[in-house]
Amino acid sequence: MRKCSLSAMNSVFAEIAKEAALYLPVDGKDGRAAYTKWEEGKEWSSALNTVKSPKDFFFPQTEDLMEFKTSGKNIEIVDVRGESEDFVVFGVRACDVKAFEVLDRVFLSAPVDSYYASRREHGVIVSVACTRPSETCFCQTFGIDPTGGAGDISVWKTENEVFWQSNTEKGEALMQKLASLTEECGAEAVEEQKAQISAIMKKLPLASLKADAFGGGKTAELFNAPEWDELSATCLGCGTCTFVCPTCQCYDIKDFDTGNGVIRYRCWDSCMYSEFTKMAHGNNRLTQKERFRQRFMHKLVYYPENNEGLFSCVGCGRCISRCPISMNIVKVMKKLGGNTNE
Amino acid sequence: MQKITRDQLVEKAVSLLEAGTVSAVLGWKKGEFDYDITPALFKSAEEIKELFVWNDFCGANFSKYLVAKAPKQEGKLLVFLKPCDTYSFNQLLTEHRFDREKVYAVGIGCEGMADIDKVKAICGDGIVSINCGEKMAVGTIYNDAETLIDYADVLAERCVNCKSKKHVAYDELMGDDGEVIDSDRFDEVARIEAMTPDERFEFWQDQLSRCIRCNACRDACPACTCEKCVFDNPKSGVENKAPANSFEEKMFHIIRAFHVAGRCTDCGECSRVCPQNIPLHLLNRKFIKDINEFYGDYQAGAEVGSRAPLVNYTTEDLEPSEVFDRRDTNA
Repeated sequence: MRKCSLSAMNSVFAEIAKEAALYLPVDGKDGRAAYTKWEEGKEWSSALNTVKSPKDFFFPQTEDLMEFKTSGKNIEIVDVRGESEDFVVFGVRACDVKAFEVLDRVFLSAPVDSYYASRREHGVIVSVACTRPSETCFCQTFGIDPTGGAGDISVWKTENEVFWQSNTEKGEALMQKLASLTEECGAEAVEEQKAQISAIMKKLPLASLKADAFGGGKTAELFNAPEWDELSATCLGCGTCTFVCPTCQCYDIKDFDTGNGVIRYRCWDSCMYSEFTKMAHGNNRLTQKERFRQRFMHKLVYYPENNEGLFSCVGCGRCISRCPISMNIVKVMKKLGGNTNE
Repeated sequence: MQKITRDQLVEKAVSLLEAGTVSAVLGWKKGEFDYDITPALFKSAEEIKELFVWNDFCGANFSKYLVAKAPKQEGKLLVFLKPCDTYSFNQLLTEHRFDREKVYAVGIGCEGMADIDKVKAICGDGIVSINCGEKMAVGTIYNDAETLIDYADVLAERCVNCKSKKHVAYDELMGDDGEVIDSDRFDEVARIEAMTPDERFEFWQDQLSRCIRCNACRDACPACTCEKCVFDNPKSGVENKAPANSFEEKMFHIIRAFHVAGRCTDCGECSRVCPQNIPLHLLNRKFIKDINEFYGDYQAGAEVGSRAPLVNYTTEDLEPSEVFDRRDTNA
């Protein structure tokens, strides 16, 4: 384990940014944190988390895949790929790091999504332990440890110091570049912080939430549950929950007419939208209830069924904070899971 | 703190339900915490007694729900309307978006709603309880004592600039009616108007570049009730789930602002629901301010059946050249 003083972080960021693009949570003018490219003057936000998740770094909201240019009878296919830049994402919370594992299982399974894979290869993830979790946090429901240890490097921030520990080869390589700015140290302060965080986690209002009623094999039991009517009754059908979610991974591929060809791009899609997965025969989910159900069944039943029981919710709490009608996965789990979730 | 109590509303809802005046109730439902309140359709007295909530976090405007919910109801649907919600209610009636006979509207006073982000800015995260008494008492897992907050310090932006405490539509009113307020709601618009075109472009570029196209503003907007939005229609040629470029990013909001011009009542739902905290209501307020200045004061939804100046011709109407002449003093 190594450490540096909190006041040295600007030099550390400058050092990292010499060789790779560095992104970290920075407070915006409106007071909300967002991942921002570091440059001199940008300060590491003390906010618990960003409104948008860091999934953008590997799975951007929009991304050009290729371009077709036509002239006369010729079509030229242009490679527009640009995901070969080395970058570091600093200050990622454990829930969001776990979300990368959820995305990996989708994009890195055959056929491998080479755009995603390339970004994963070029990215280094530096996690930070959660010293002040929110009432909206429920990562522990899914067995995630917010006290540290996730990503390529784990960081713990105390009042005046920052502690570092590499977890992977990539992380170790970055730590070596920071050797002159950090010093070897013991783990006492980190152990103390971990104990403090564990104690806080027990006090959180959602600490007792369990996902036992969900998982693979539950489709028949849950699909036609009468509760879906009530749960989805006032859903607006907007895409906020899916777009702030660190694990939602559905996308659409569309062509933008440039006048002399097309740019084929991919963009996030949302199962909450009426045109989601529309096919030649029409749409397979005609009501908001069906769309609403799809989102939660995917996270709590279908995904774990295909991924050895891994849920595709990480308990980050973004949907709790941002849903315009305050409907969210916790309410769904409590309603459908009955007493088993209390 | 709200003057009308939760118990008064529960009593009203239960009595109307039990008397058969209404068959269902649109109301606010208890959440996990004291602030995450979900709009809900209550169908039984038991459910209302147990789960109905009324406090300073009941911001949602129910008027738009009537478009989808009222026709499906056997009998009447009870809806509770805050003063600003009644303007949306009237505007929707003007546009024949729901059947008035299917709705029983109860007007309720509102002292302004709180913004949970403002609450958290004061007392921090980890909220476990919020009690709305003389002051708002917020308990968190990090503070031993409750933090006592003045309501004025956490009032939602739209309520700071509340335009009216008067109910313009109801079947029944609970408590006293208020007055239309001479608010400062156009001050922020005037500030943006005073910017140079470059500054103004930069201001909106900065704001709208944060848009994630979740469509929450549109989906919550009581003026947006098209059965098929042009932006959801693959045949429209402009259907997009994400902007293809930075122009399209702004185009969505500008087109939406134009589409609701003269119909927007300034209820503020667009900005309330925006996850990215974009002050979208300012676009609409600019149109309202211009309409007021060009054609005389007009408040959409103040009455049912009024013709908005933009869709009504009179010989006194402003000539386009007069608008053009204002270009240097007022963009």
